Amino acid sequence: MIINWKAAGPLIALGALLVLGTLINGNFLSTGNMTNILTRSSFIGIIAIGATFVISSGSIDLSVGSMAAFIAGVMIMFMNTLKDLTDLMWLVVLAGVLAGAVLGMFAGWLNGILTTRGKIEAFIVTLGTMGIYRSLVTYLADGGTLSLNSQVRSMYRPVYYGDILGIPFPVIIFAAMAVLGYVVLNHTAYGRHVQSVGANEHVARYSAISTDRVKIIAFMIQGACVAMATIIYVPRLGSASSSTGVLWELEAIAAVIIGGTLLKGGYGRIGGTVAGALILTLIGNILNLTDAISNYLNGAVQGVIIIAAVFLQRGIGKKQK
Amino acid sequence: MKFLIKPVAAAFALGAMALATIPTLAADITIGVSIPSATHGWAGGMNWHAAEAKRRLEAANPGLKIIISASGSATEQANALEDMVSVQNIDALVILPFESDPLTDPVRRVKESGAFITVVDRGLSDPTIRNIYVAGDNPGFGRSAGQYIAKTLSDGGKVVAMRGIPTVIDDQRMDGFLAGIKGSKIELLDSKHANWNRDKAFEVMQDFLTRFPKIDAVWAADDDMALGALEAIREAGRETEMFLVGGGGAKDVVAGVRDGNSSIAVTVLYPPAMIATAIDLTAARFISNGPVEGIFNLASPLITKENAAAFYFAKSPY
Repeated sequence: MIINWKAAGPLIALGALLVLGTLINGNFLSTGNMTNILTRSSFIGIIAIGATFVISSGSIDLSVGSMAAFIAGVMIMFMNTLKDLTDLMWLVVLAGVLAGAVLGMFAGWLNGILTTRGKIEAFIVTLGTMGIYRSLVTYLADGGTLSLNSQVRSMYRPVYYGDILGIPFPVIIFAAMAVLGYVVLNHTAYGRHVQSVGANEHVARYSAISTDRVKIIAFMIQGACVAMATIIYVPRLGSASSSTGVLWELEAIAAVIIGGTLLKGGYGRIGGTVAGALILTLIGNILNLTDAISNYLNGAVQGVIIIAAVFLQRGIGKKQK
Repeated sequence: MKFLIKPVAAAFALGAMALATIPTLAADITIGVSIPSATHGWAGGMNWHAAEAKRRLEAANPGLKIIISASGSATEQANALEDMVSVQNIDALVILPFESDPLTDPVRRVKESGAFITVVDRGLSDPTIRNIYVAGDNPGFGRSAGQYIAKTLSDGGKVVAMRGIPTVIDDQRMDGFLAGIKGSKIELLDSKHANWNRDKAFEVMQDFLTRFPKIDAVWAADDDMALGALEAIREAGRETEMFLVGGGGAKDVVAGVRDGNSSIAVTVLYPPAMIATAIDLTAARFISNGPVEGIFNLASPLITKENAAAFYFAKSPY
């Protein structure tokens, strides 16, 4: 029997972590804890679905964490302003959500246009926008925290805390985005174009693919995913500050790579990305559930597990050839 | 350059002399204020209070100029100090050092340029450099929280602690907390770092709730973390089971303590406004006839329902 290590690697790592968690704490498999893990994974997971497109197309987006903080800040300020104009709270929330979505896609478009038409490396463009969005949210919050009006928040709250048949709302959105991302990446012409641009941009261009357009759309998908993650993030704590979303970009990229997508582009796996996001959340959860490991070593444990997970899907696969 | 008085300043100075109520400086004085930038709530509050002090002191003292520079790291702060000496030609420096060891020599060089030195919060490795030291009480910060919990749960109880970013300050606070509960019947279930961050505190608290079926009190070594933890406790519907003790003095928390309508019963002051105290003392060196040099230990008192109103700043971002 031939095992597809690329696909199985992340799942084996995920399974191993589940076993480890169960051994460490009896409450690990409780519905409450499983719900927490899935809900918590949804932010990084949704962002990582977008990152799978950007990375498959051979680019990278470092701005997503700052972008999420900036979108959250603008949404909160926008909704607080609207709240004084109308008593229809559902309208305020809807307008805030739409504003977040538009802002996210615009931010993605900006990264894309600067990378392609501006002919600047994506690393530099998004390093720049990362700093810009981080500063803007700090500026908007006056260095402190932007808080959503409590009236608006009680209307918006179910978007994070609500559930359908016991499945939390963020998890449903995460699953829907994953399915949508899988279909687009694997079963549409656009998805194939993304991977061929990532594999070899010159060949793609000679094959009459509009490479700039493919890349810009990939960045816009990323922006839309960041906006979606932010839309479910805002009702959780109802606040945004300069420390919102710090290092989310690295977690999203890590989730994508753990999942088997190639950092150099040309090949993407949405299913793997989802597993990657769950693995990252599980590590944090398990470390919180035990005091066997010194708090100071948390980062080291995460590092070892990330490398081990990628080794599972690459190293062993190679040996078998 | 100092004898060239700007026209506006001159007009102010003339007006001041005419009124003879506002004190005037013998010469123009420039005070440089070097602080960490607003990367989390507490630092944001500190930046705001520095700007408030600048506005107030400059309006009251013509000829006094205060330059505030916020830096993102110890290296950036060292660069900012060089600029203050070479470009701004400062007469006094108020510094809240990022870290003690790396900034000791840069501040020493400022001192060698003839400037008066005020150190805030964290001390330098060489205490002879400073003229004034405005010190926060980090061990006391933890101890106040520990003692309150030990007193409230005098029959014993189970407690979890939420720490900040692993640093010297954080260790001092944790050691203070342990000293505060020492000898009592309090059982510390576990402590975890939540990096002074609301999101991280939410997740750490969720996992504490999963892990421990019974928790009587939570110590969050920062009010931002207390607010994140509170949200997780509410979601689990366990807010009647336990109370929280915060720290820092964030306005949302102080307001909750004042109104008595929150699970955060008390918080421990670690005032971001200490930067204003330091700027005032430094300005007094040039304005007042009273001596100011020495060490000022700011207390970390409990903020309770009775005294909360005094610690509430409506306009501060923290």
